[in-house]
Amino acid sequence: MASIKIIKDKCVGCKLCVGSCPFGAIEMVDKKAVILENCTLCSICVESCKFDAIDFQKDEVSNAVDISLYKGVWIFAEQKNGEPESISYELLGVGRKLADDLKTSLFAIIIGDEIENATKKLIAYGADKVIMVEDKSLNYYNDESYTDIFVQLIKENNPEIILLGATAYGRSLAPKIASRINTGLTADCTKLEIDLEDGKLLQTRPAFGGNLMATIICPKHRPQMATVRHKVMKELEPDEKRLGEVIRPNVNIPTDLKIKVKDVVSTITESVSLTEADVIVSGGRGMGDPKNFELISELANVLGGAVGASRATVDAGWIGYSHQVGQTGQTVGPKVYFACGISGAIQHIAGMSSSDTIIAINKNPDAPIFKVATFGIVGDVLEILPLLIKEFKKA
Amino acid sequence: MNIIVCVKQVPATNEVKMNKETNTIIREGIEAIINPFDTYAIEEGVRIKEKTGGKTTVLSMGIPSVADLLKETLAVGIDEAVLLSDRTFAGADSLATSYALSKGIEHIGDYDLIVCGKQAMDGDTAQVGPGLAEKLGIPHTTYVRKIEEINDKYIRCQRMTEDGYDIIEMPLPAVITVVKEINEPRLPSLKGMMRAKRAVVTVLTAKDIGADSDLCGLKGSPTQVVKTFVPVHDVQSEMIEGEPEEQAEKLAKKLLSMQFNTSDSTEVI
Amino acid sequence: MNYYLTEEQQMIKELAAKIADEKVKPVAIKYDEEGTFPHDIVKILADSDLCGVYISEEYGGFGGGIFEMALVVEELSRACGGIALSFAASGLGAFPIILYGTKEHKEKYLPQIASGAKLAAFGLTEANAGSDAAGIQTTAVLDGDEYILNGTKQWITNGGEADIYTVIACTNRAKGARGFSAFIVEKGTPGFSFGKKENKMGIRASVTSELVFEDCRIPKENLLSKPGMGFIVAMKTLDRTRPGVAAQALGIAQGAFDEALKYSGERVQFDKPISSFQAIQHMLADMAIQIEAARCLVYQTCKLVDSGAKSISKESAMSKVFASDTAMKVTIDAVQVMGGYGYMKEYPVEKMMRDAKITQIYEGTNQIQRNVIALELIKEQKSGKKVN
Repeated sequence: MASIKIIKDKCVGCKLCVGSCPFGAIEMVDKKAVILENCTLCSICVESCKFDAIDFQKDEVSNAVDISLYKGVWIFAEQKNGEPESISYELLGVGRKLADDLKTSLFAIIIGDEIENATKKLIAYGADKVIMVEDKSLNYYNDESYTDIFVQLIKENNPEIILLGATAYGRSLAPKIASRINTGLTADCTKLEIDLEDGKLLQTRPAFGGNLMATIICPKHRPQMATVRHKVMKELEPDEKRLGEVIRPNVNIPTDLKIKVKDVVSTITESVSLTEADVIVSGGRGMGDPKNFELISELANVLGGAVGASRATVDAGWIGYSHQVGQTGQTVGPKVYFACGISGAIQHIAGMSSSDTIIAINKNPDAPIFKVATFGIVGDVLEILPLLIKEFKKA
Repeated sequence: MNIIVCVKQVPATNEVKMNKETNTIIREGIEAIINPFDTYAIEEGVRIKEKTGGKTTVLSMGIPSVADLLKETLAVGIDEAVLLSDRTFAGADSLATSYALSKGIEHIGDYDLIVCGKQAMDGDTAQVGPGLAEKLGIPHTTYVRKIEEINDKYIRCQRMTEDGYDIIEMPLPAVITVVKEINEPRLPSLKGMMRAKRAVVTVLTAKDIGADSDLCGLKGSPTQVVKTFVPVHDVQSEMIEGEPEEQAEKLAKKLLSMQFNTSDSTEVI
Repeated sequence: MNYYLTEEQQMIKELAAKIADEKVKPVAIKYDEEGTFPHDIVKILADSDLCGVYISEEYGGFGGGIFEMALVVEELSRACGGIALSFAASGLGAFPIILYGTKEHKEKYLPQIASGAKLAAFGLTEANAGSDAAGIQTTAVLDGDEYILNGTKQWITNGGEADIYTVIACTNRAKGARGFSAFIVEKGTPGFSFGKKENKMGIRASVTSELVFEDCRIPKENLLSKPGMGFIVAMKTLDRTRPGVAAQALGIAQGAFDEALKYSGERVQFDKPISSFQAIQHMLADMAIQIEAARCLVYQTCKLVDSGAKSISKESAMSKVFASDTAMKVTIDAVQVMGGYGYMKEYPVEKMMRDAKITQIYEGTNQIQRNVIALELIKEQKSGKKVN
């Protein structure tokens, strides 16, 4: 079994390891570090110790595979009504770079019905090959059939990397696949790169609500799987002239499914959904009254954006949960994010800090939202918003 | 109907602050809580049981002190608490966690529905629910925002998606992970708290549940953390001063010029 | 300070604190502005079993006393003194039954109050009978097996929302203070209606109404204790429940102090948090000292009351005077620490300042309380009894 212990003779009691432990699992006893039972063996402290006083014995991971047998970078191309979702292009963008660094091919996997047209777009956006599984029964995303098909494709082709969107479907499909084929999966990556020395995929993701970033590898298992946050990776300029191959593999389309998708309902009343929007106008407690959210909607309308909200306003019943931005709501990364009367609790900031430009309007100059804002206005949102709406209408 | 609710102990995250100078975590007054998302899972489990009868069991994997937190769930209507606690489980990633929990669930046995929170507040991965469903060989639905119907044969529920919801039907036993929208968790009652105080949490080891130690903990975890670092937010904040009219005008100008220069979707503004 | 609460008391305090922080705080400003009754919170309190903390287990309660009630009131008042009052006033209405009710009365009414299914209220005050309770005009006349009530009670907390009322009425004008009697009146009894709902400065989440009796007939079994005991019932009840008002004041003070302390650490002026300035530090220290002193007195008085001690008027009055004067001072200072922001409705301290004021006025003004204290002191001195 893996173990970690402090070598007492070497420990000088400097406490560096205590501060490094994200789990608070190291304590000082008689001027020596002691590892507590809530240690998760993450080994972050080993690096922090300047005196080599932490002895970490890790086990070889069991059930390792021969990683040399796995080739190719795959991305899962989500589509709706035969049209690739924007996350698919973003995955192709980052996948292209990884495939180039590994000198291998980039595959897009697309599953659905009437998806022929989508394959051209996927190639234009960077795919070398598109593996396409088309069937009437695959019209709607289904955890069971999509997993079955995906796993057949993996077993047949042995890809070394698979990227999926960290979307509602991607975050359901990826862990189901990973669990079935017993490989590692890193969620919600914000950065992916190849370790040029050994070809491993370095997967970086936020932890602890964005307070800490962790880089994760999957050394002995293949494929290396990751889900990628929407709006973080850049898509490539589409090139209609790019050449690529469309493969229609022979797979068993599962029938007699346990999981039945009875209906797919869209409740988005605005023209743009929160996660897709380039502009989000969000309101918080400082709006004072649910009626004043009309100002938020109006500005969002003028800018062709979506309406967001802080947790406090959702909890108070001013607006529906589907609008909630933040750790317990949706994570968004638009080009422009307006925080109107939002003080900026850490959970809210975790959900929107990757926005390109953040505008904060708040009465309280000490509000934490100003710390992440690109532009800040100290003032009454109820006074500023109508003026802003007027300005943008003029433009 | 027998329901198992899986929960995780997490640090109350808003207390996690980083010291940017020394690159260390400030852990003042940090408190361990039940993952807030899991409280919706607990409430949903209790509500289903109140309707259909049966038993609710809360299951967690963690250090021995998690038992005290599990007792809290007994104050809000959970009937029994089981904790998997063993050094063999330490260092588990989501795959090894899914495995251990699935063995725990098989050990408890006789279950119809497993309810998990959408994701844990500290890891945010949302992987364990689907992962353990797969290990148990049963169907799952994530992000459930409403249960439309449930009986001893099947469940029909609404899965939240980016632009609405899907209506999914699946036979039991099955796993669901729930989002905040599904309910409002009740507070404990005084009588529940008294009962919880006297209750005993069953603590099981890897051996007790017949888990293969090769598939547990660090050994059973394909992923490894190689580096952690504090993200640098080099935000250049610019405060826009002046009378409200001036402020609005200046801001609009800045945004308009910026958008036209940098964005390919100029139709946005 | 560690007050060495029992495990049960600790649990009650924790649960009440949880409700205060998670459920009451988010809606306190809303109810204050609307001046409506917090039915949702009352339901939460009922579900939590807290409504029965001061009622014996025999009648479905938790078996505690005034101390347990005070702990709940204190915690709720940290978030909203008005909402806490809805809970406390039910206790005030229940205590005459607890103290003087027959077995039948208790079996009929206490389980409903303990479960939170029904609220109680206490009707003593009238337009011309405030500090001088002997001025009560409401009459109760025995007619066969029934008493007929006529008159109007004023400023009755939970009036209209409660289902069970204990009402003091005059049964024999000639006997003066010995001519009053106490009755239980149920909502819905013909001839019993509710008058004007008051628009108050503070505690706006609590409802305050007139009780109007017009030839209201109640069974004579609804008499509490004996005819002529009404004044005693009222005074003994108030002596016991007064630490509850003190606890309300204490909670309001604590809530305001917490806000001011937090704000002083966040608010930066002259490049420093204002908590680094001695002027602010001394104010905070003084607030904390007074709150802790009030808590010591309130808790100790509760213990004295719960011990069954006979002579409690003086201590009960002292706890109420001290805690309510503290609440007033601390809330004023909290607004001062927070400056302009404190004065604004976006922050909760201006509301707390308004809420605090009533605690110096109701259940016996602080001036009347001082009279009581002084008279007790003089009496003790004359009788040669130890003053402390």
